[in-house]
Amino acid sequence: MNAPVASPLLAEPLSPHVRDWSAFAEPRADGTVHMDLAVEGITCAACMSTIEHGLGVVPGVAKARLNLTTHRLAVDWDPAATDAGTVVRRLENLGYRAHPFDPARRSAEEEAEAKALLRAMAVAGFGAMNIMLLSVSVWAGNASDIEPVTRDFFHWLSALIALPIVAYAGRTFYRSAWRALRVGRTNMDVPISIGITLTVGLSLWQTMRSAEHAYFDSAVMLLFFLLLGRFLDHNMRRRTRSVAENLAALRADTALRMAPDGTLGEVPVSRIDPGDRVLVRAGERVPVDGIVEAGLSEIDQSLVTGETVAAPAAAGERVYAGTMNLTGPLTVRVTAAEAGTLLDEVNKLLEAAAQAKSRYMQLADRVARRYAPVVHLTALVTFLGWLFAGAEVSEALVVAVSVLIITCPCALALAIPAVQVVTSGLLFRRGVLVHAGDAIERLAAADTIVFDKTGTLTLPEPSLIDAGRIDPALLDRAGHLAAASRHPLGIALAAAARATRAPETAREIAGSGVEAEIDGVVHRLGSPAFCGVCDADVAAVTALHPDASLVAYRAGAAEPVLFAFRQGLRVDAAEVVGRLVRAGYGIEILSGDRPDAVARAAAALGIDRWRAGLTPAGKIARLEALKAEGHRVLMVGDGLNDAPALAAAHVSLSPVTAVHLSQAAADAVFLGERLAPVADALAIARAAKAAMVQNLWISIVYNLIAVPVAIAGWVTPLIAALAMSGSSIVVTVNALRLRWSAPEPTAQRGGTLDGGRPAVGTAGAGAVAAGEFGRA
Amino acid sequence: MDVLVYLIPIALGLGFLGLGAFLWSLKSGQYDDLDGAKWRVLSDDDLPDRDR
Repeated sequence: MNAPVASPLLAEPLSPHVRDWSAFAEPRADGTVHMDLAVEGITCAACMSTIEHGLGVVPGVAKARLNLTTHRLAVDWDPAATDAGTVVRRLENLGYRAHPFDPARRSAEEEAEAKALLRAMAVAGFGAMNIMLLSVSVWAGNASDIEPVTRDFFHWLSALIALPIVAYAGRTFYRSAWRALRVGRTNMDVPISIGITLTVGLSLWQTMRSAEHAYFDSAVMLLFFLLLGRFLDHNMRRRTRSVAENLAALRADTALRMAPDGTLGEVPVSRIDPGDRVLVRAGERVPVDGIVEAGLSEIDQSLVTGETVAAPAAAGERVYAGTMNLTGPLTVRVTAAEAGTLLDEVNKLLEAAAQAKSRYMQLADRVARRYAPVVHLTALVTFLGWLFAGAEVSEALVVAVSVLIITCPCALALAIPAVQVVTSGLLFRRGVLVHAGDAIERLAAADTIVFDKTGTLTLPEPSLIDAGRIDPALLDRAGHLAAASRHPLGIALAAAARATRAPETAREIAGSGVEAEIDGVVHRLGSPAFCGVCDADVAAVTALHPDASLVAYRAGAAEPVLFAFRQGLRVDAAEVVGRLVRAGYGIEILSGDRPDAVARAAAALGIDRWRAGLTPAGKIARLEALKAEGHRVLMVGDGLNDAPALAAAHVSLSPVTAVHLSQAAADAVFLGERLAPVADALAIARAAKAAMVQNLWISIVYNLIAVPVAIAGWVTPLIAALAMSGSSIVVTVNALRLRWSAPEPTAQRGGTLDGGRPAVGTAGAGAVAAGEFGRA
Repeated sequence: MDVLVYLIPIALGLGFLGLGAFLWSLKSGQYDDLDGAKWRVLSDDDLPDRDR
């Protein structure tokens, strides 16, 4: 694989500006530079060697290693011999689009914590096995004829293994328990820490006085089970996060920064400071909040305000991150949130919502708060009771500690995390990435669902109305020309026509459209005026589709043709809403868009409660009203104007196309063009909540049986070991049951499900098509 | 049963070896890419050219 480094290996960059990837790279101590990239299009193992060898021959690249599990590539190179841009271009030439990770967004702590947990688990597992080996011999010996000397030897050996292991592997629990106690709260780690410490202490004391029973095996086994639960939980969250990070990198949140001398460099958004000037080309999303300094364009604000009609943008106007620049390049001066702007209002509301949101207490913590005092009191009463009944202090102490051991919340501590792990795995496969473990409990409690319209019920991109009725040859020619355009409507038209290559003669005319001369005939695609469509024709189509955007096409002197576009409802929106209504959820639309547009969408979906033209504060007010009526609200939204509502709602979901602020405010993110994940998530969360409650009952029943046995003083290490592992296995199996009983992912069913698609439209200026906004 | 005095420490020592091996493999990053590792074992680019 030592291909000679031929000269055409590295082609010129496609984009006109200098791609300054160096902001993504991190210098290392040994003089090399390191960069992590998310790579698109990795399908099989062959890609691995293609990429690694392909980069290996680039002079200066010291190491390239692709992680096939996470689809991430780590590259080290010598900054004197090559640069980041060369690496990215080389990957592009190999056929892979790569997006560097913004170093500011990556978290190395997660990795380190996962490894620490795995190490602790390995150590505890080693200890549990070896101590169990010794313990089983002692139990067998106790039943037959073990000599006290041998038993003491075994107990001392167990102590020798257990003490360092308990000190090392249990650190996670001690730290967390200490943190909770210091602020005057309890969590599940408090009884765990007390239980483990007392168990080891008692066993050590028993060993010193050559007693028959020691509980080292119980302590270490308990640790092992608990660490296993923690590790699985952590691993699941890490997997979700890694996918979310890849998605964020693939969205390529970069900005074109304009240096004072006018040169352009592409840098991660996190490196942009207020005061910098940024160039936003037509067809790009505005990466930052700021004020337009130069340029004239139209801005699609649907992701920010929900408003679907494009707003004009000129010097002095304010633009927001996440909006789409439609027609012309803009120079934007970056500003921080200033008083009185939309962003400022959203930030204030977000802060207020985060404070007002009564701190939701997780089910596990609520149980722990009641559990710990009850258990410790029982142990104390047992101790006093045995003393009162005439037992010696040491004897009473042994029984009291055995109560603590048998109630040590092994099953209880696994009951909820086990369900959370299984559930987030199920949700993951259905395209729902859960940020917080307790989101599952809160999802299960929701009884009312509030949708945002634009970008949530509808698709974020415009789609061609009634593409099926348009003459395929016409669509083909128009789409061919549209491929030259960067305007979202042009991109949508090209996608509808499945056109990828633009005519070579095509040139973009700013603010108007695209023009190309093909075989001596001038073809034009763009605004109706640009193509010479008369106002009457435009009015006729507008009357038919009031919220449609129009694009005209004209070939030479032929009659111009109009194409109508609209942000269509998600393919399965009507079906999903129907499913949710049947499941008994109250459904409402809160939108920032105009009333007529919202009314049409609501009618198509069969939703009778809707409000339009709402500000972020208006959305929150409505949520508060619903809360006051006793409803638990699930908010589903994507816009900047939804972010405060997402934070204020009991639980919230947002599509992956949402603006950053909203994704961060939401409890979970769903992928794909369908709405089905919302319904799936609710159904799975309800099943998960039921399993959690079952598991808690299993733990309680276990304790009701085990505690009297312990109080009576009948517990031996053998019984403790059997009871603990038995109950842990039962709750884990009960959690796994969810996997088998969960509904099949609905996302795969689609493809032919076109029931809700806005299959309405027009071909040709006067042509009329029937049907409005879906046939739902 | 005197034999136990050295047999059991030997057994423990073997266990320790296993634990040490696991911790070493974890530290050297062998669990970072489980999907890739199964393919890497088949690639022969670690051999000198004449052995391919």
